[in-house]
Amino acid sequence: MAETKVRGNNVEIDPSREPIVVVDDLHIVYRVYGAGGKGNAASAFARVVRRQHRPSMTEVHAIKGLSFVVYRGEAVGIIGTNGSGKSTLLKAIAGLLPPHSGGVYTDGQPSLLGVNAALMKDLTGERNIVLGCLAMGMSPADTKSRYQQIVDFAGLKEGFIQYPMRTYSSGMGARLRFAIAAAKTHDVLLIDEALATGDAKFRTKSKRRIDELRKEAGAVFLVAHQLDTIKEMCDRVIWIDDGRMHMDGDPEEVVAAYVEATGK
Amino acid sequence: MSHPERLGSPGGESVGTIAEPPHVNEKLADYAARHGLRQSAARPPLGKYLQSVWARRNFIWAFASAKNISLYSDSRLGQVWQVLTPLLNAAVYYLIFGLLLGLSRGLPDFIPFLVTGVFLFGFTQRSVTSGAKSVGDNLSLIRALHFPRATLPLAIAVVELQQLLLSLGVLFAIVFAYGEPLSLYLLLFVPVVMLQLMFNVGISMVMARIGAFNRDITQLLPFVMRTWLYASGVIFSLPSLMEKGSKLSQYPLLGELLQLNPAYVYLELSRHVLLSDYREYIERKYPMDVGQLWLTAGIWSVVMLVGGFLYFYKAEERYGRG
Repeated sequence: MAETKVRGNNVEIDPSREPIVVVDDLHIVYRVYGAGGKGNAASAFARVVRRQHRPSMTEVHAIKGLSFVVYRGEAVGIIGTNGSGKSTLLKAIAGLLPPHSGGVYTDGQPSLLGVNAALMKDLTGERNIVLGCLAMGMSPADTKSRYQQIVDFAGLKEGFIQYPMRTYSSGMGARLRFAIAAAKTHDVLLIDEALATGDAKFRTKSKRRIDELRKEAGAVFLVAHQLDTIKEMCDRVIWIDDGRMHMDGDPEEVVAAYVEATGK
Repeated sequence: MSHPERLGSPGGESVGTIAEPPHVNEKLADYAARHGLRQSAARPPLGKYLQSVWARRNFIWAFASAKNISLYSDSRLGQVWQVLTPLLNAAVYYLIFGLLLGLSRGLPDFIPFLVTGVFLFGFTQRSVTSGAKSVGDNLSLIRALHFPRATLPLAIAVVELQQLLLSLGVLFAIVFAYGEPLSLYLLLFVPVVMLQLMFNVGISMVMARIGAFNRDITQLLPFVMRTWLYASGVIFSLPSLMEKGSKLSQYPLLGELLQLNPAYVYLELSRHVLLSDYREYIERKYPMDVGQLWLTAGIWSVVMLVGGFLYFYKAEERYGRG
């Protein structure tokens, strides 16, 4: 059995395995601008003159000191109530939110799949596939050979691939996005509710693809509210509560504790 | 503080007592560094960044073409507007400045002169305005996929180049219709456009960074661009404004500054190589150093391209954050 060591922040490290994501005492604070003030030109001008910040700007301390290590080949589910900081954590791992203190260290570039449905909404699904693949750094030849695979994977209704993406339902958009992002091998793939809109058939396909991605020695993070999806796809679950680590471990146990605590 | 419970961890529950000494009280950051992990929000070194931009050249081209196609997809005439818009622009300026105000005073072939100015200034103008929006308009793409962000303003410059090539067809038709003879001078137009393209790429990168963090800039730009248009001799000949006895000749410093204006330099060079009548007219009435003009154009292009790229790159990790 491999030995583990306990560091500060109560993180155990398994020296026999290779880490791919290290989150070190991460704090995320971000600013939220609300529509405050009177909202007319005079009040906006007065604000500028008085050198005030935008009204009703509040600071949100979303992540309050998280630390954990994720190893190659792991599929980590992240659960927690609404507003507990799950999506913020994924954005921070993807490098889209700067840490207030602490840090996130990754091998390779993490890719985040969110819920906004379109990549470029005025362009057809077809063009979105080509542009998405090229943007991820695939060659035109690769893109061509993967094209049909992506279309099949997304499972859009007949003909929709020729329509602009703004005509897609949110489920169709999310499926196409996932299909495009999954076409490439990612070191770290972060999935934020992107599978929620898919049907059972799509979920089976995504599970297979996530398993493949894990075998290619990457790591997958999954945020989902359907706990059975989490249990099905992940081999480790982290429960976040109010920006802090609540529990970390085997899916069955963590999910059971979570269900008990939230009274579901 | 919370006390995380670690259940069923892959390594079991034993706490390492016989661990190798060097790593015992290692900080997580050092542990990450030892395994070659990097800060996920860091921007890559410049050389690597340039490489990854070059690797995306197909993306830049495909993105530009897609943008170009979707640009007029709402209108019935579609792509015809790509040619119609600059033509109508030139017609408006001709109506006001040529016919009503009579600025053509003495200038030979005022129409080709005006059309050259309007089309080529529009090339830079659109690079600036759409460059400023290039990051903000593509946030969902930026947040979904990882790619060097510099490809976005680069794609914008390619869009504008593709648009320019179309309107250049119209431009040449007009120029030849006014009896411009075929000469080697015309070949010099290619390097002029190349220099201007380099300048445009640079300035759209600068605008992309400014526009990404200050949304107010898009409200301000139309005024800035209009001022720039009038200061660049698009609708009148700047050299003839500075002739002896004119108001501008009383302020030689201002005149010097106006001649360093990059838009003026590219416009003047284009007219110099494209319009032989205008060339002779200027040589006869207001002799100037064309070599100086080329030098200024070259310096502007290189400085803007390199400076703009570096300026954009410095904020690479901050684009698309919310």
